Amino acid sequence: MGRLIRLDRTGHTTVAEWSAGDSAEAELATTLFAGELDRGMIASVDSGDGTAEVVRALPLDAELVVLRRPIAGG
Amino acid sequence: MTDADTLAPAAGLPEAAALGWRREPASERTLRRDGRRWSAWTCWVVALFTAPGLVLLWIEPWTFPVAALCFAHAWAVPSLQARRGARSVVPIGSERSAAGGDDGGAGLVALGLLGDLVGHHERGLLTATGLALHRGHLGAWLVGEQGAFLVRPPGRLRGRRVYCWCVRVGDPSGLPAGDRVAHLLLALREDEAGFATIANLAFSGARWRVLRHLEAPARNALRNELLNA
Repeated sequence: MGRLIRLDRTGHTTVAEWSAGDSAEAELATTLFAGELDRGMIASVDSGDGTAEVVRALPLDAELVVLRRPIAGG
Repeated sequence: MTDADTLAPAAGLPEAAALGWRREPASERTLRRDGRRWSAWTCWVVALFTAPGLVLLWIEPWTFPVAALCFAHAWAVPSLQARRGARSVVPIGSERSAAGGDDGGAGLVALGLLGDLVGHHERGLLTATGLALHRGHLGAWLVGEQGAFLVRPPGRLRGRRVYCWCVRVGDPSGLPAGDRVAHLLLALREDEAGFATIANLAFSGARWRVLRHLEAPARNALRNELLNA
């Protein structure tokens, strides 16, 4: 089961969920993912070992993909 | 291969890539250089105000009130710089925290996700201090809602240097405190060198200079990480 969440004013919002082997869910998630990137969000997959990776295509094998806003120098 | 190459992951931060030629990528070398610049600047400021005071005392000891003012400046200016650096990092729940607002349930949801992102030890530290710990190649990072401390490994003279960085979510509007930290922590994990490239260095200096300006929980966290780094 994969989950795409967006960090926002509610804490976070689940944008899409998909199950392995369900192509319809995967397609919908991929479409929503692309839409979020077009809005300027950055997608990140945390590996759990203290590293994370920026992804530009939805990794359907990932359990959790986090969408965050860009950061900037203060 | 430069040390910047070894630090940068295959897919670096898009925000750092967007800076392009305007910013030199951060690396071990640039950190050492910036640290030396801060030390040189501090020495210059201290000398600039101390020397006239000493000259005044040598010429006429009765000018000691004026000399004392010079010495006070030599102490105050570096102290103010360190204070500015220390205040550039905002721990969750601190005076300037977004958690001071009424983010209620959203705040708890955000803290829950942040707690999931960090490990057991880091979770305890986060609860106690409002800062998220990340151990990277450049040193130990303590990330707040705005800004981060980087505690470098001990140098040749055994001194531990602390770097204070100004960095934040580009558009933080509406984001609860935990999410602000999660944004920075994820970005840091994605590309440590890129994170240091984007962030603005507010201060670099000896640990005691920063510690004395922190609230007690953050001060204790930083002291512990300095001991364990």
